Amino acid sequence: MNKRILVTLHGSDVAPRFDLATEIWLGRTGGRNLVEEERTIVLPHASAEELCHLILREHVDVVICCGIEEEYYEYLHWKRIEVYDSVVGRRRDVINAYLARTLRPGAVLVPRDE
Amino acid sequence: MSVEAGPLLDTIPLPLAVISPERKVLFINEAAQVLTGFSLEEARGLHCMYVMRSSLCPDKCPLAKVEDTGAAVCVDANIVSKERRKIPVRATFAPVLAPDGSIAGYVEALEDIRILQELEIKQGWSYGFGDMIGHSHEMERIFQMVPGIAQTDSSVLVTGETGTGKDLLAEAIHNASARAKGPFVKVNCGALPETLLESELFGHSKGAFTGATESKPGRFRMAHNGTLFLTEIGDLPLSLQVKLLTFLDDKVIHPLGSTKGVNVDVRIVAATHRDLRQMVREGKFREDLLYRLNVVRFHMPPLRERGEDINLFLNHFVHVFSEEFGKKVTGFSQDALYFLENYAFPGNVRELRNVVEYCVNVCGQETIEVEHLPRYLMEQPAGVPAGTGYGVQPAPEAPPAGMMPPPGMPAPVSSAASGAVNWADMERKMILDALLQAKGRKNRAAEILGWARSTLWRKMKHYEIESS
Repeated sequence: MNKRILVTLHGSDVAPRFDLATEIWLGRTGGRNLVEEERTIVLPHASAEELCHLILREHVDVVICCGIEEEYYEYLHWKRIEVYDSVVGRRRDVINAYLARTLRPGAVLVPRDE
Repeated sequence: MSVEAGPLLDTIPLPLAVISPERKVLFINEAAQVLTGFSLEEARGLHCMYVMRSSLCPDKCPLAKVEDTGAAVCVDANIVSKERRKIPVRATFAPVLAPDGSIAGYVEALEDIRILQELEIKQGWSYGFGDMIGHSHEMERIFQMVPGIAQTDSSVLVTGETGTGKDLLAEAIHNASARAKGPFVKVNCGALPETLLESELFGHSKGAFTGATESKPGRFRMAHNGTLFLTEIGDLPLSLQVKLLTFLDDKVIHPLGSTKGVNVDVRIVAATHRDLRQMVREGKFREDLLYRLNVVRFHMPPLRERGEDINLFLNHFVHVFSEEFGKKVTGFSQDALYFLENYAFPGNVRELRNVVEYCVNVCGQETIEVEHLPRYLMEQPAGVPAGTGYGVQPAPEAPPAGMMPPPGMPAPVSSAASGAVNWADMERKMILDALLQAKGRKNRAAEILGWARSTLWRKMKHYEIESS
Protein backbone atom coordinates (compact mmCIF):
# COMPACT_ATOMS: atom_id res chain seq x y z
CA MET A 1 0.00 0.00 0.00
CA ASN A 2 1.81 3.11 -1.23
CA LYS A 3 -0.34 6.09 -0.30
CA ARG A 4 0.11 9.73 0.55
CA ILE A 5 -1.90 10.70 3.64
CA LEU A 6 -2.79 14.13 4.97
CA VAL A 7 -4.12 14.80 8.47
CA THR A 8 -5.33 18.27 9.48
CA LEU A 9 -3.79 19.06 12.85
CA HIS A 10 -4.49 20.99 16.00
CA GLY A 11 -1.41 20.31 18.09
CA SER A 12 -0.94 16.56 18.02
CA ASP A 13 -4.66 15.90 17.49
CA VAL A 14 -6.90 15.97 14.46
CA ALA A 15 -8.11 19.59 13.97
CA PRO A 16 -11.81 20.13 14.74
CA ARG A 17 -12.37 21.80 11.38
CA PHE A 18 -10.82 21.33 7.96
CA ASP A 19 -11.28 25.00 6.98
CA LEU A 20 -9.70 26.30 10.19
CA ALA A 21 -6.66 24.03 10.28
CA THR A 22 -3.34 25.86 10.26
CA GLU A 23 -1.15 22.79 10.48
CA ILE A 24 -1.08 19.52 8.57
CA TRP A 25 0.76 16.24 8.74
CA LEU A 26 1.81 14.65 5.45
CA GLY A 27 3.00 11.09 5.29
CA ARG A 28 3.68 8.36 2.78
CA THR A 29 3.12 4.71 3.47
CA GLY A 30 5.45 2.14 1.89
CA GLY A 31 5.28 -1.45 0.83
CA ARG A 32 5.45 -2.85 4.39
CA ASN A 33 2.46 -0.76 5.45
CA LEU A 34 4.61 1.63 7.49
CA VAL A 35 5.02 5.37 7.33
CA GLU A 36 8.23 5.80 5.37
CA GLU A 37 8.26 9.53 5.00
CA GLU A 38 6.54 12.23 7.03
CA ARG A 39 6.55 15.97 7.60
CA THR A 40 4.48 18.58 9.35
CA ILE A 41 3.66 21.82 7.57
CA VAL A 42 2.50 25.02 9.24
CA LEU A 43 0.16 26.87 6.90
CA PRO A 44 0.35 30.66 6.56
CA HIS A 45 -3.34 30.90 7.36
CA ALA A 46 -6.47 28.78 7.53
CA SER A 47 -8.22 28.35 4.19
CA ALA A 48 -10.20 25.39 2.90
CA GLU A 49 -9.55 26.38 -0.73
CA GLU A 50 -5.80 26.61 -0.27
CA LEU A 51 -5.78 23.36 1.63
CA CYS A 52 -7.57 21.66 -1.28
CA HIS A 53 -4.94 23.08 -3.65
CA LEU A 54 -2.18 21.78 -1.44
CA ILE A 55 -3.82 18.34 -1.32
CA LEU A 56 -3.88 18.19 -5.11
CA ARG A 57 -0.39 19.63 -5.48
CA GLU A 58 1.04 17.05 -3.08
CA HIS A 59 -0.84 14.22 -4.83
CA VAL A 60 -2.50 13.20 -1.58
CA ASP A 61 -4.57 10.00 -1.73
CA VAL A 62 -6.15 10.05 1.74
CA VAL A 63 -7.38 12.97 3.85
CA ILE A 64 -8.18 12.49 7.53
CA CYS A 65 -10.02 15.34 9.21
CA CYS A 66 -12.88 16.14 11.56
CA GLY A 67 -15.53 18.70 10.49
CA ILE A 68 -15.56 19.44 6.77
CA GLU A 69 -18.14 21.19 4.63
CA GLU A 70 -19.98 19.19 2.00
CA GLU A 71 -18.58 21.40 -0.78
CA TYR A 72 -14.96 20.50 -0.01
CA TYR A 73 -15.77 16.90 0.82
CA GLU A 74 -17.46 16.43 -2.55
CA TYR A 75 -14.67 18.24 -4.35
CA LEU A 76 -12.01 15.99 -2.87
CA HIS A 77 -14.16 12.93 -3.47
CA TRP A 78 -14.59 14.03 -7.10
CA LYS A 79 -10.81 14.29 -7.33
CA ARG A 80 -10.70 10.60 -6.27
CA ILE A 81 -9.30 11.40 -2.84
CA GLU A 82 -10.45 9.21 0.03
CA VAL A 83 -11.78 11.39 2.88
CA TYR A 84 -12.22 10.14 6.44
CA ASP A 85 -14.15 12.91 8.20
CA SER A 86 -15.52 13.41 11.72
CA VAL A 87 -12.46 11.61 13.02
CA VAL A 88 -11.44 12.45 16.60
CA GLY A 89 -8.15 11.38 18.09
CA ARG A 90 -4.41 11.83 18.27
CA ARG A 91 -2.66 11.92 14.94
CA ARG A 92 -0.52 8.87 15.79
CA ASP A 93 -3.52 6.77 16.82
CA VAL A 94 -5.45 7.82 13.74
CA ILE A 95 -2.60 6.86 11.39
CA ASN A 96 -2.17 3.54 13.17
CA ALA A 97 -5.88 2.85 12.76
CA TYR A 98 -5.64 3.71 9.09
CA LEU A 99 -2.64 1.41 8.59
CA ALA A 100 -4.50 -1.34 10.47
CA ARG A 101 -7.46 -0.69 8.13
CA THR A 102 -9.75 -0.10 11.09
CA LEU A 103 -10.26 3.63 10.56
CA ARG A 104 -13.80 4.64 9.65
CA PRO A 105 -15.39 8.08 9.11
CA GLY A 106 -16.72 9.28 12.47
CA ALA A 107 -14.17 7.23 14.41
CA VAL A 108 -13.52 8.45 17.95
CA LEU A 109 -10.09 7.27 19.10
CA VAL A 110 -9.98 9.02 22.45
CA PRO A 111 -11.34 7.82 25.79
CA ARG A 112 -14.65 9.48 26.68
CA ASP A 113 -14.65 11.21 30.03
CA GLU A 114 -17.96 11.13 31.80
CA MET B 1 -25.78 17.48 35.70
CA SER B 2 -28.69 15.79 37.32
CA VAL B 3 -30.36 13.06 35.37
CA GLU B 4 -33.77 14.67 35.83
CA ALA B 5 -32.76 17.81 34.00
CA GLY B 6 -32.38 15.95 30.70
CA PRO B 7 -36.06 15.57 29.77
CA LEU B 8 -36.68 19.16 30.81
CA LEU B 9 -33.89 20.48 28.58
CA ASP B 10 -35.16 18.31 25.74
CA THR B 11 -38.45 20.22 25.77
CA ILE B 12 -36.63 23.50 25.11
CA PRO B 13 -36.54 24.19 21.36
CA LEU B 14 -33.22 26.07 21.60
CA PRO B 15 -30.12 23.88 21.06
CA LEU B 16 -28.37 23.60 24.44
CA ALA B 17 -25.22 21.89 25.63
CA VAL B 18 -23.95 21.41 29.17
CA ILE B 19 -20.17 21.38 29.32
CA SER B 20 -17.81 20.43 32.13
CA PRO B 21 -15.06 22.77 33.38
CA GLU B 22 -12.65 20.61 31.34
CA ARG B 23 -14.71 21.44 28.21
CA LYS B 24 -16.15 17.95 27.87
CA VAL B 25 -19.75 17.57 26.73
CA LEU B 26 -21.98 16.33 29.55
CA PHE B 27 -25.31 16.72 27.84
CA ILE B 28 -26.85 18.05 24.64
CA ASN B 29 -30.61 18.43 24.29
CA GLU B 30 -32.61 17.12 21.34
CA ALA B 31 -32.52 20.47 19.52
CA ALA B 32 -28.72 20.49 19.78
CA GLN B 33 -28.61 16.90 18.52
CA VAL B 34 -30.60 17.95 15.46
CA LEU B 35 -28.36 20.97 14.88
CA THR B 36 -24.99 19.25 15.31
CA GLY B 37 -25.95 15.84 13.93
CA PHE B 38 -24.50 14.11 17.02
CA SER B 39 -26.61 11.89 19.24
CA LEU B 40 -26.21 12.29 22.99
CA GLU B 41 -24.27 9.02 23.17
CA GLU B 42 -21.88 10.15 20.42
CA ALA B 43 -21.31 13.55 21.96
CA ARG B 44 -21.08 12.70 25.63
CA GLY B 45 -17.56 12.79 27.00
CA LEU B 46 -16.02 14.36 23.91
CA HIS B 47 -14.23 17.70 24.01
CA CYS B 48 -16.86 20.28 23.01
CA MET B 49 -14.80 21.53 20.05
CA TYR B 50 -15.26 18.15 18.34
CA VAL B 51 -19.03 18.29 18.78
CA MET B 52 -19.81 21.99 18.19
CA ARG B 53 -17.05 22.42 15.61
CA SER B 54 -17.62 26.14 15.74
CA SER B 55 -15.58 28.83 14.02
CA LEU B 56 -14.60 29.95 17.53
CA CYS B 57 -12.92 26.60 18.28
CA PRO B 58 -10.32 26.21 19.51
CA ASP B 59 -8.37 29.48 19.44
CA LYS B 60 -11.18 31.97 20.12
CA CYS B 61 -13.09 29.90 22.64
CA PRO B 62 -15.36 32.26 24.61
CA LEU B 63 -15.36 29.90 27.59
CA ALA B 64 -11.99 31.33 28.61
CA LYS B 65 -13.62 34.77 28.88
CA VAL B 66 -16.59 33.32 30.75
CA GLU B 67 -14.15 31.68 33.16
CA ASP B 68 -12.30 34.97 33.70
CA THR B 69 -15.27 37.26 34.09
CA GLY B 70 -17.98 34.93 35.32
CA ALA B 71 -20.35 36.69 32.92
CA ALA B 72 -22.25 35.29 29.95
CA VAL B 73 -20.85 35.89 26.45
CA CYS B 74 -22.85 36.05 23.22
CA VAL B 75 -21.14 35.88 19.82
CA ASP B 76 -22.09 35.16 16.22
CA ALA B 77 -20.24 32.22 14.70
CA ASN B 78 -20.84 29.19 12.51
CA ILE B 79 -20.66 25.47 13.07
CA VAL B 80 -20.04 22.53 10.75
CA SER B 81 -22.53 19.79 11.51
CA LYS B 82 -21.87 16.08 11.21
CA GLU B 83 -23.89 16.23 7.99
CA ARG B 84 -21.18 18.63 6.71
CA ARG B 85 -23.45 21.67 6.74
CA LYS B 86 -22.06 25.05 7.71
CA ILE B 87 -24.71 26.72 9.88
CA PRO B 88 -24.55 30.31 11.13
CA VAL B 89 -25.32 30.45 14.83
CA ARG B 90 -25.62 32.94 17.66
CA ALA B 91 -23.74 31.25 20.49
CA THR B 92 -24.34 32.19 24.10
CA PHE B 93 -22.06 30.85 26.82
CA ALA B 94 -22.93 31.13 30.49
CA PRO B 95 -21.27 29.72 33.59
CA VAL B 96 -22.95 27.21 35.91
CA LEU B 97 -21.91 28.16 39.43
CA ALA B 98 -21.46 25.78 42.34
CA PRO B 99 -22.85 26.80 45.77
CA ASP B 100 -19.36 28.01 46.75
CA GLY B 101 -19.25 30.32 43.70
CA SER B 102 -16.76 28.24 41.72
CA ILE B 103 -17.50 27.32 38.11
CA ALA B 104 -19.12 23.89 37.98
CA GLY B 105 -19.53 23.95 34.21
CA TYR B 106 -21.02 25.90 31.36
CA VAL B 107 -24.21 26.06 29.38
CA GLU B 108 -23.89 26.76 25.69
CA ALA B 109 -26.90 27.81 23.62
CA LEU B 110 -26.61 27.72 19.85
CA GLU B 111 -29.32 29.65 18.08
CA ASP B 112 -29.64 28.78 14.40
CA ILE B 113 -29.71 32.20 12.69
CA ARG B 114 -30.15 31.07 9.08
CA ILE B 115 -33.69 32.44 9.01
CA LEU B 116 -32.59 35.71 10.61
CA GLN B 117 -29.91 36.16 7.99
CA GLU B 118 -32.40 35.59 5.21
CA LEU B 119 -34.71 38.14 6.81
CA GLU B 120 -31.84 40.63 7.06
CA ILE B 121 -31.29 40.30 3.32
CA LYS B 122 -34.96 40.93 2.71
CA GLN B 123 -34.85 43.88 5.11
CA GLY B 124 -32.09 45.28 2.92
CA TRP B 125 -34.51 45.17 -0.01
CA SER B 126 -37.10 47.10 1.98
CA TYR B 127 -35.04 50.24 1.83
CA GLY B 128 -34.06 49.83 -1.78
CA PHE B 129 -35.11 48.74 -5.22
CA GLY B 130 -32.81 47.13 -7.75
CA ASP B 131 -29.40 48.70 -7.24
CA MET B 132 -30.87 51.80 -5.59
CA ILE B 133 -31.01 52.33 -1.87
CA GLY B 134 -32.63 54.96 0.30
CA HIS B 135 -35.15 55.30 3.06
CA SER B 136 -36.04 58.95 2.72
CA HIS B 137 -39.70 59.70 2.12
CA GLU B 138 -39.12 60.75 -1.52
CA MET B 139 -37.20 57.61 -2.40
CA GLU B 140 -39.66 55.31 -0.65
CA ARG B 141 -42.41 56.85 -2.74
CA ILE B 142 -40.39 56.10 -5.90
CA PHE B 143 -39.65 52.52 -4.79
CA GLN B 144 -43.36 51.96 -4.20
CA MET B 145 -44.29 53.31 -7.62
CA VAL B 146 -41.65 51.51 -9.71
CA PRO B 147 -43.10 47.95 -9.68
CA GLY B 148 -46.50 49.16 -10.84
CA ILE B 149 -45.15 51.50 -13.50
CA ALA B 150 -42.71 48.83 -14.72
CA GLN B 151 -45.58 46.52 -15.62
CA THR B 152 -47.03 49.02 -18.09
CA ASP B 153 -45.51 49.92 -21.45
CA SER B 154 -45.89 53.67 -20.97
CA SER B 155 -42.99 55.97 -21.77
CA VAL B 156 -41.16 57.19 -18.70
CA LEU B 157 -39.33 60.46 -18.19
CA VAL B 158 -36.78 60.58 -15.38
CA THR B 159 -35.57 63.97 -14.28
CA GLY B 160 -33.05 64.98 -11.68
CA GLU B 161 -29.65 66.49 -11.15
CA THR B 162 -26.50 64.75 -12.26
CA GLY B 163 -25.49 61.82 -10.05
CA THR B 164 -28.93 61.23 -8.53
CA GLY B 165 -29.33 57.74 -10.00
CA LYS B 166 -31.44 58.29 -13.12
CA ASP B 167 -29.67 55.46 -14.95
CA LEU B 168 -30.20 53.09 -12.04
CA LEU B 169 -33.89 53.89 -11.97
CA ALA B 170 -34.21 53.30 -15.72
CA GLU B 171 -32.52 49.92 -15.36
CA ALA B 172 -34.65 49.05 -12.33
CA ILE B 173 -37.80 49.81 -14.33
CA HIS B 174 -36.58 47.55 -17.12
CA ASN B 175 -35.61 44.74 -14.74
CA ALA B 176 -38.98 44.86 -12.99
CA SER B 177 -40.93 44.83 -16.24
CA ALA B 178 -42.14 42.02 -18.45
CA ARG B 179 -39.37 43.07 -20.84
CA ALA B 180 -36.65 42.13 -18.32
CA LYS B 181 -35.54 39.18 -20.47
CA GLY B 182 -35.20 41.50 -23.46
CA PRO B 183 -32.31 43.91 -24.06
CA PHE B 184 -31.75 47.14 -22.14
CA VAL B 185 -30.06 49.50 -24.59
CA LYS B 186 -28.69 52.85 -23.44
CA VAL B 187 -27.96 55.78 -25.75
CA ASN B 188 -26.47 59.06 -24.58
CA CYS B 189 -28.11 61.65 -26.82
CA GLY B 190 -25.53 64.26 -25.91
CA ALA B 191 -22.49 62.15 -26.72
CA LEU B 192 -22.68 62.06 -30.52
CA PRO B 193 -23.02 64.69 -33.26
CA GLU B 194 -26.43 64.90 -34.94
CA THR B 195 -25.54 62.96 -38.12
CA LEU B 196 -23.93 60.08 -36.27
CA LEU B 197 -26.66 59.99 -33.66
CA GLU B 198 -29.38 59.50 -36.28
CA SER B 199 -27.55 56.52 -37.72
CA GLU B 200 -26.79 55.21 -34.23
CA LEU B 201 -30.43 55.39 -33.18
CA PHE B 202 -32.35 54.46 -36.30
CA GLY B 203 -29.71 52.56 -38.27
CA HIS B 204 -28.93 52.87 -41.95
CA SER B 205 -29.02 50.86 -45.16
CA LYS B 206 -25.95 49.96 -47.14
CA GLY B 207 -24.94 52.90 -49.35
CA ALA B 208 -27.12 55.40 -47.47
CA PHE B 209 -24.16 57.78 -47.24
CA THR B 210 -20.47 57.83 -48.04
CA GLY B 211 -18.77 55.24 -45.92
CA ALA B 212 -21.95 53.25 -45.24
CA THR B 213 -20.48 50.06 -46.64
CA GLU B 214 -22.82 47.85 -44.65
CA SER B 215 -26.30 48.08 -43.22
CA LYS B 216 -26.54 48.93 -39.53
CA PRO B 217 -29.55 47.98 -37.45
CA GLY B 218 -29.43 50.94 -35.03
CA ARG B 219 -30.21 51.00 -31.33
CA PHE B 220 -33.99 50.92 -31.74
CA ARG B 221 -33.84 47.58 -33.50
CA MET B 222 -31.22 46.32 -31.04
CA ALA B 223 -33.66 47.11 -28.24
CA HIS B 224 -36.51 45.15 -29.90
CA ASN B 225 -38.65 43.49 -27.20
CA GLY B 226 -36.74 45.41 -24.59
CA THR B 227 -36.19 48.94 -23.33
CA LEU B 228 -34.38 51.83 -25.01
CA PHE B 229 -32.96 54.26 -22.46
CA LEU B 230 -32.34 57.69 -23.95
CA THR B 231 -30.23 59.58 -21.46
CA GLU B 232 -29.62 63.33 -21.83
CA ILE B 233 -32.77 63.54 -23.93
CA GLY B 234 -32.58 67.34 -23.57
CA ASP B 235 -29.54 67.26 -25.86
CA LEU B 236 -31.42 65.48 -28.68
CA PRO B 237 -31.35 67.70 -31.80
CA LEU B 238 -34.71 69.04 -32.98
CA SER B 239 -34.61 67.06 -36.24
CA LEU B 240 -34.25 63.80 -34.34
CA GLN B 241 -36.93 64.85 -31.90
CA VAL B 242 -39.35 64.65 -34.84
CA LYS B 243 -38.19 61.15 -35.73
CA LEU B 244 -38.54 60.05 -32.12
CA LEU B 245 -42.03 61.51 -32.00
CA THR B 246 -42.92 59.56 -35.14
CA PHE B 247 -41.75 56.37 -33.52
CA LEU B 248 -43.75 57.06 -30.35
CA ASP B 249 -46.86 57.56 -32.49
CA ASP B 250 -46.49 54.69 -34.97
CA LYS B 251 -43.93 52.29 -33.38
CA VAL B 252 -42.17 52.34 -36.73
CA ILE B 253 -38.63 53.54 -37.43
CA HIS B 254 -37.18 54.61 -40.75
CA PRO B 255 -33.48 53.75 -41.11
CA LEU B 256 -31.35 56.21 -43.06
CA GLY B 257 -31.47 55.50 -46.80
CA SER B 258 -34.32 53.02 -46.49
CA THR B 259 -37.67 53.50 -48.11
CA LYS B 260 -39.37 51.01 -45.85
CA GLY B 261 -40.27 51.52 -42.21
CA VAL B 262 -39.41 48.84 -39.65
CA ASN B 263 -41.77 47.87 -36.84
CA VAL B 264 -40.05 47.67 -33.47
CA ASP B 265 -41.48 46.84 -30.07
CA VAL B 266 -39.51 49.05 -27.72
CA ARG B 267 -40.34 50.82 -24.51
CA ILE B 268 -38.81 54.27 -24.18
CA VAL B 269 -37.34 55.51 -20.92
CA ALA B 270 -35.78 58.97 -21.22
CA ALA B 271 -33.77 60.96 -18.71
CA THR B 272 -32.42 64.45 -18.43
CA HIS B 273 -30.97 66.86 -15.90
CA ARG B 274 -32.34 69.79 -17.92
CA ASP B 275 -35.58 71.68 -17.36
CA LEU B 276 -37.50 70.51 -20.44
CA ARG B 277 -40.37 72.94 -19.86
CA GLN B 278 -37.95 75.82 -19.93
CA MET B 279 -36.41 74.36 -23.11
CA VAL B 280 -39.90 74.19 -24.64
CA ARG B 281 -40.40 77.86 -23.84
CA GLU B 282 -37.05 78.63 -25.43
CA GLY B 283 -37.99 76.63 -28.54
CA LYS B 284 -35.20 74.08 -27.98
CA PHE B 285 -37.45 71.11 -27.23
CA ARG B 286 -40.67 70.07 -28.94
CA GLU B 287 -43.68 70.46 -26.73
CA ASP B 288 -45.50 67.50 -28.32
CA LEU B 289 -42.50 65.24 -27.65
CA LEU B 290 -42.39 66.39 -24.03
CA TYR B 291 -46.04 65.37 -23.61
CA ARG B 292 -45.41 62.00 -25.27
CA LEU B 293 -42.44 61.26 -23.02
CA ASN B 294 -43.97 62.72 -19.91
CA VAL B 295 -46.60 59.97 -19.58
CA VAL B 296 -45.00 58.83 -16.35
CA ARG B 297 -42.49 61.09 -14.70
CA PHE B 298 -40.08 60.32 -11.90
CA HIS B 299 -38.07 63.07 -10.30
CA MET B 300 -34.95 61.88 -8.53
CA PRO B 301 -34.39 64.19 -5.56
CA PRO B 302 -30.91 65.63 -5.01
CA LEU B 303 -28.97 64.11 -2.13
CA ARG B 304 -29.21 67.26 -0.02
CA GLU B 305 -33.00 66.77 0.06
CA ARG B 306 -32.75 63.11 1.01
CA GLY B 307 -31.88 63.76 4.67
CA GLU B 308 -31.03 60.53 6.43
CA ASP B 309 -30.05 58.83 3.16
CA ILE B 310 -26.62 60.50 3.36
CA ASN B 311 -25.75 58.34 6.37
CA LEU B 312 -27.14 55.28 4.66
CA PHE B 313 -24.99 55.91 1.59
CA LEU B 314 -21.88 56.67 3.66
CA ASN B 315 -22.19 53.38 5.53
CA HIS B 316 -23.12 51.47 2.40
CA PHE B 317 -20.16 52.69 0.36
CA VAL B 318 -17.68 52.31 3.23
CA HIS B 319 -18.58 48.63 3.39
CA VAL B 320 -18.55 48.24 -0.39
CA PHE B 321 -15.10 49.82 -0.83
CA SER B 322 -13.59 48.28 2.30
CA GLU B 323 -14.47 44.88 0.94
CA GLU B 324 -13.33 45.75 -2.58
CA PHE B 325 -9.96 47.13 -1.46
CA GLY B 326 -9.46 44.55 1.29
CA LYS B 327 -9.35 47.27 3.97
CA LYS B 328 -10.63 47.22 7.54
CA VAL B 329 -12.34 50.61 7.44
CA THR B 330 -15.58 50.42 9.40
CA GLY B 331 -16.90 53.98 9.46
CA PHE B 332 -16.36 57.68 10.05
CA SER B 333 -15.30 59.59 13.12
CA GLN B 334 -17.86 61.94 14.62
CA ASP B 335 -16.09 64.99 13.16
CA ALA B 336 -15.78 63.54 9.66
CA LEU B 337 -19.40 62.43 9.75
CA TYR B 338 -20.54 65.85 10.94
CA PHE B 339 -18.62 67.46 8.09
CA LEU B 340 -20.01 65.13 5.44
CA GLU B 341 -23.56 65.32 6.74
CA ASN B 342 -23.43 69.07 6.33
CA TYR B 343 -21.72 69.14 2.94
CA ALA B 344 -24.12 69.85 0.06
CA PHE B 345 -22.82 67.22 -2.43
CA PRO B 346 -23.53 69.06 -5.71
CA GLY B 347 -22.52 65.90 -7.56
CA ASN B 348 -25.06 63.98 -5.46
CA VAL B 349 -24.67 60.23 -4.88
CA ARG B 350 -21.95 59.95 -7.53
CA GLU B 351 -19.86 62.55 -5.70
CA LEU B 352 -20.53 60.97 -2.31
CA ARG B 353 -19.49 57.59 -3.72
CA ASN B 354 -16.25 59.07 -5.05
CA VAL B 355 -15.56 60.84 -1.75
CA VAL B 356 -15.98 57.59 0.19
CA GLU B 357 -13.85 55.68 -2.34
CA TYR B 358 -11.09 58.26 -1.84
CA CYS B 359 -11.41 58.14 1.95
CA VAL B 360 -11.24 54.33 2.09
CA ASN B 361 -8.21 54.43 -0.19
CA VAL B 362 -6.22 56.89 1.92
CA CYS B 363 -7.41 55.73 5.34
CA GLY B 364 -4.93 53.39 6.99
CA GLN B 365 -7.02 52.74 10.09
CA GLU B 366 -10.50 51.59 11.00
CA THR B 367 -12.09 55.03 11.27
CA ILE B 368 -12.07 57.73 8.62
CA GLU B 369 -11.03 61.06 10.18
CA VAL B 370 -11.39 64.60 8.83
CA GLU B 371 -7.82 64.50 7.50
CA HIS B 372 -8.76 61.57 5.24
CA LEU B 373 -11.44 63.60 3.45
CA PRO B 374 -10.57 65.06 0.02
CA ARG B 375 -9.01 68.51 0.36
CA TYR B 376 -11.44 70.13 -2.04
CA LEU B 377 -14.23 69.62 0.47
CA MET B 378 -12.33 71.86 2.92
CA GLU B 379 -11.76 74.49 0.28
CA GLN B 380 -15.47 74.97 -0.34
CA PRO B 381 -15.81 78.76 -0.16
CA ALA B 382 -18.20 80.03 2.46
CA GLY B 383 -21.34 81.62 1.13
CA VAL B 384 -21.14 79.66 -2.13
CA PRO B 385 -23.26 76.62 -1.47
CA ALA B 386 -22.31 73.55 -3.40
CA GLY B 387 -25.77 73.40 -4.90
CA THR B 388 -25.23 76.57 -6.87
CA GLY B 389 -25.17 75.92 -10.56
CA TYR B 390 -28.03 73.45 -10.38
CA GLY B 391 -30.73 75.98 -9.80
CA VAL B 392 -30.69 75.63 -6.04
CA GLN B 393 -31.18 78.87 -4.21
CA PRO B 394 -30.22 78.69 -0.57
CA ALA B 395 -32.21 80.62 1.95
CA PRO B 396 -30.30 83.86 2.57
CA GLU B 397 -30.31 83.37 6.31
CA ALA B 398 -29.06 79.78 6.13
CA PRO B 399 -25.43 79.13 7.13
CA PRO B 400 -23.17 78.24 4.20
CA ALA B 401 -23.01 74.64 3.00
CA GLY B 402 -20.77 72.44 5.05
CA MET B 403 -20.98 74.79 7.99
CA MET B 404 -24.30 74.07 9.57
CA PRO B 405 -24.07 73.91 13.35
CA PRO B 406 -25.17 70.63 14.88
CA PRO B 407 -28.73 70.46 16.14
CA GLY B 408 -29.09 71.99 19.56
CA MET B 409 -26.02 74.20 19.27
CA PRO B 410 -26.73 77.57 20.85
CA ALA B 411 -27.11 80.63 18.67
CA PRO B 412 -23.95 82.56 19.66
CA VAL B 413 -21.77 79.98 17.99
CA SER B 414 -23.55 80.38 14.68
CA SER B 415 -22.72 84.08 14.73
CA ALA B 416 -19.19 83.03 13.95
CA ALA B 417 -20.28 82.39 10.38
CA SER B 418 -20.03 86.05 9.52
CA GLY B 419 -16.77 86.88 7.83
CA ALA B 420 -15.48 83.28 7.74
CA VAL B 421 -13.48 82.46 4.62
CA ASN B 422 -13.11 78.69 4.77
CA TRP B 423 -13.91 75.75 6.98
CA ALA B 424 -10.72 75.99 9.03
CA ASP B 425 -11.32 79.69 9.80
CA MET B 426 -14.93 78.95 10.52
CA GLU B 427 -14.13 76.12 12.89
CA ARG B 428 -11.50 78.20 14.71
CA LYS B 429 -14.05 80.97 15.21
CA MET B 430 -16.65 78.46 16.41
CA ILE B 431 -14.21 77.17 19.01
CA LEU B 432 -13.31 80.68 20.18
CA ASP B 433 -16.96 81.70 20.38
CA ALA B 434 -17.80 78.58 22.36
CA LEU B 435 -14.87 79.17 24.73
CA LEU B 436 -15.96 82.75 25.17
CA GLN B 437 -19.50 81.70 25.91
CA ALA B 438 -18.28 79.04 28.33
CA LYS B 439 -16.03 81.60 30.05
CA GLY B 440 -12.98 79.52 29.20
CA ARG B 441 -14.30 76.27 30.65
CA LYS B 442 -13.37 73.63 28.10
CA ASN B 443 -15.87 71.05 29.33
CA ARG B 444 -18.71 73.51 28.79
CA ALA B 445 -17.26 74.67 25.44
CA ALA B 446 -17.11 71.07 24.24
CA GLU B 447 -20.75 70.63 25.27
CA ILE B 448 -21.75 73.77 23.37
CA LEU B 449 -19.96 72.51 20.27
CA GLY B 450 -21.41 69.04 20.67
CA TRP B 451 -17.92 67.49 20.71
CA ALA B 452 -16.06 65.23 23.09
CA ARG B 453 -13.58 67.08 25.32
CA SER B 454 -10.71 65.23 23.61
CA THR B 455 -11.91 66.46 20.20
CA LEU B 456 -11.96 70.05 21.44
CA TRP B 457 -8.50 69.66 22.94
CA ARG B 458 -7.15 68.19 19.71
CA LYS B 459 -8.70 70.92 17.58
CA MET B 460 -7.46 73.66 19.94
CA LYS B 461 -4.00 72.24 19.55
CA HIS B 462 -4.45 72.07 15.78
CA TYR B 463 -5.54 75.70 15.58
CA GLU B 464 -2.93 76.72 18.15
CA ILE B 465 -5.52 78.15 20.52
CA GLU B 466 -3.85 78.69 23.86
CA SER B 467 -5.77 77.54 26.94
CA SER B 468 -5.30 79.89 29.81
